[in-house]
Amino acid sequence: MTTESIPADEIKRSKLGIRIPPVYYFLVIITVGGLILDILFAKGNIISNPTILTNILIRSVALGIVAVGQTFVMIGASIDLSVAYTISLTAVMTSQLMQGDPERVPMAIILVFVIGAVIGLVNGLIVTKLNVNPFIATLGTGLIIAGILNGTFANFKGSVPKSFRALGYESLGPIPISIIILIAVVVLGWFILSWTKFGAHLYGVGGSRELGRLSGLRTSRTIIVAHIICSLTAVLSGLFIVSRLGSGAPWVGPDGIYDLESVATTVIGGTALSGGRGGVFGTLAGVLIFGVIDTVFNQLGVDTYLKTVFRGAIIILAVASYSFRSKREAA
Amino acid sequence: MTTLEKIPSRQMTGILVTIWKRVKKIPPVYLIFLVIIIGVSYLNPNFATLNGMLLFLRRASPLAILAIGQLFVVASGGFDLSQGSLVTLTVIGSALIIYNNEENSYIAIMILLGIGIIIGLVNGVVVSYLKVPSLIATLGMLLLVKGGGLYWTGGAPKGYLTENWRYFGRGFIENVPVFGRFPVAVIVFLIVVVIMTILFHKTNLGKQILAIGDNPRASQLSGVKVKLIRIIAFLISAFLSVVAGVMIGGYGGTSILAGEGLEMQSVSAVVIGGALLLGGKGSVPEVAIGGLTLEAIFSLLNLLGLPKPYRDAVQGLIIIGAVAYAAITSKRRD
Repeated sequence: MTTESIPADEIKRSKLGIRIPPVYYFLVIITVGGLILDILFAKGNIISNPTILTNILIRSVALGIVAVGQTFVMIGASIDLSVAYTISLTAVMTSQLMQGDPERVPMAIILVFVIGAVIGLVNGLIVTKLNVNPFIATLGTGLIIAGILNGTFANFKGSVPKSFRALGYESLGPIPISIIILIAVVVLGWFILSWTKFGAHLYGVGGSRELGRLSGLRTSRTIIVAHIICSLTAVLSGLFIVSRLGSGAPWVGPDGIYDLESVATTVIGGTALSGGRGGVFGTLAGVLIFGVIDTVFNQLGVDTYLKTVFRGAIIILAVASYSFRSKREAA
Repeated sequence: MTTLEKIPSRQMTGILVTIWKRVKKIPPVYLIFLVIIIGVSYLNPNFATLNGMLLFLRRASPLAILAIGQLFVVASGGFDLSQGSLVTLTVIGSALIIYNNEENSYIAIMILLGIGIIIGLVNGVVVSYLKVPSLIATLGMLLLVKGGGLYWTGGAPKGYLTENWRYFGRGFIENVPVFGRFPVAVIVFLIVVVIMTILFHKTNLGKQILAIGDNPRASQLSGVKVKLIRIIAFLISAFLSVVAGVMIGGYGGTSILAGEGLEMQSVSAVVIGGALLLGGKGSVPEVAIGGLTLEAIFSLLNLLGLPKPYRDAVQGLIIIGAVAYAAITSKRRD
């Protein structure tokens, strides 16, 4: 977007995409601050007890996976607010379809991914072909999914078999499977964004839809694919959540505020709401910041409702810390 | 013969064309409202009576008021998603302040209007000065207000709302000529519509709100105080949310779910009322009718025996459909 020349080494680094996003300094500051608070006002368990550290990571898995998908659509200057309900739909459908039977696991997983792809396709088509503002389009599809979910399914019907719950609880060596999945998703996301043609197109289209179109990119198709990827990550998050819970309920997605938090962590991670800039490693840091804050609050025994208050304040301040320097008016 | 026949028929088509042109100029929301009202009246004959209409208006007024508040923000190019949580705060906060003492009712309303003004101010400042996009800012505010309200009351509604507080939401003025008894809520609704119509359509404020929604940079260059105007828009939205909250609490009583999802309903109502999302176009009376229309649609779905959750789904379809319709027609005009 800027015409000034960029130093060669910066191009090399940014092409690799491993330039450390500034958000990691925040992560370090918040972690250190949290640890100090923990030592001063609680028992100082976070350092001494490694399971708490693992728990921070596990708690970050569900949010982390869907936030990677959110990063894709937001780089494309779109947004997906239907992810919370896609997560719920996946959780409910999975436990309904599996009915505790290990043999039905592959069928159920394939089916929920297909449903996820359809949701992403519909979102993408509404945004690109009907020209509906992505906020409204995905809030709308979210409402539609929520209505169907709440009208059709009861809480905790069906269950997932024990073998499937390994996804949420088992470890491969010392590392929990869920964390391996999160890392795999982040690395895959980074690879797609930095090394594939689709990734390059997505940055181009997100930077300016018009410029992208004029330089011969298939803008609609690129954004539709980004939406499909995002919905698929929401499905994966849903699968992880249901493997932890053992059974799905319609409220698991909206209760976890996955829609807003995935957007917030992505923005905190340095992806612009206006599109064209950002990456998954920044998003991962954003997710970890939320995980650390959550854990510190738990250690300090902060009231649940106060936690919600802090959460709201942190989301606003985190986004503000990036946006307040911009010269453009926000609306 | 042929010429004699042709002239009147041509005149007829001429008249029909002018009528059609007139009809086309009527905002579609009035026609939609009419169709739905006829549908509801057909299914429930009680609805078509004067009394039935007044009772419907009493129920629908809060949503219409919320939608008018939302319009001020939407016309300026933003969204206010903290409305619903502010409604909840108004209901449970008032119950706590009143604490079963009738004398505290009006103080409670004053305090909550004050809180509303502060929340609107914060929303506006965060968007204008910290440049946080309003969707994030007001969604964050939603969490803040919701969490704050629940923390304040300890997670469950405490105390109950006294009769004089609930008067605005469900009271009647007795012995009114022609009408018999007239709901107070409808009077509040009419007052809000008149004041806000004047504010939005007859003063510079309204024109400036539309201008910054259309093009903030251009309006800034032509001397509009963009930040101030935006803050005022959020203030009005928050203020009207408290007003609607008093009416909703009056109608339905205390509940920590009193305002749940209302922000989406008010955005839907604004869209049905023909306002453009992301700013630049809108009308207070049409949006008010949009609010009534949405409530009428809910009544219709109810009468058709659709379970309550499907309302959400229908609402989603309406929002997408209305915005897509606006996008397609505006494209054609270009």
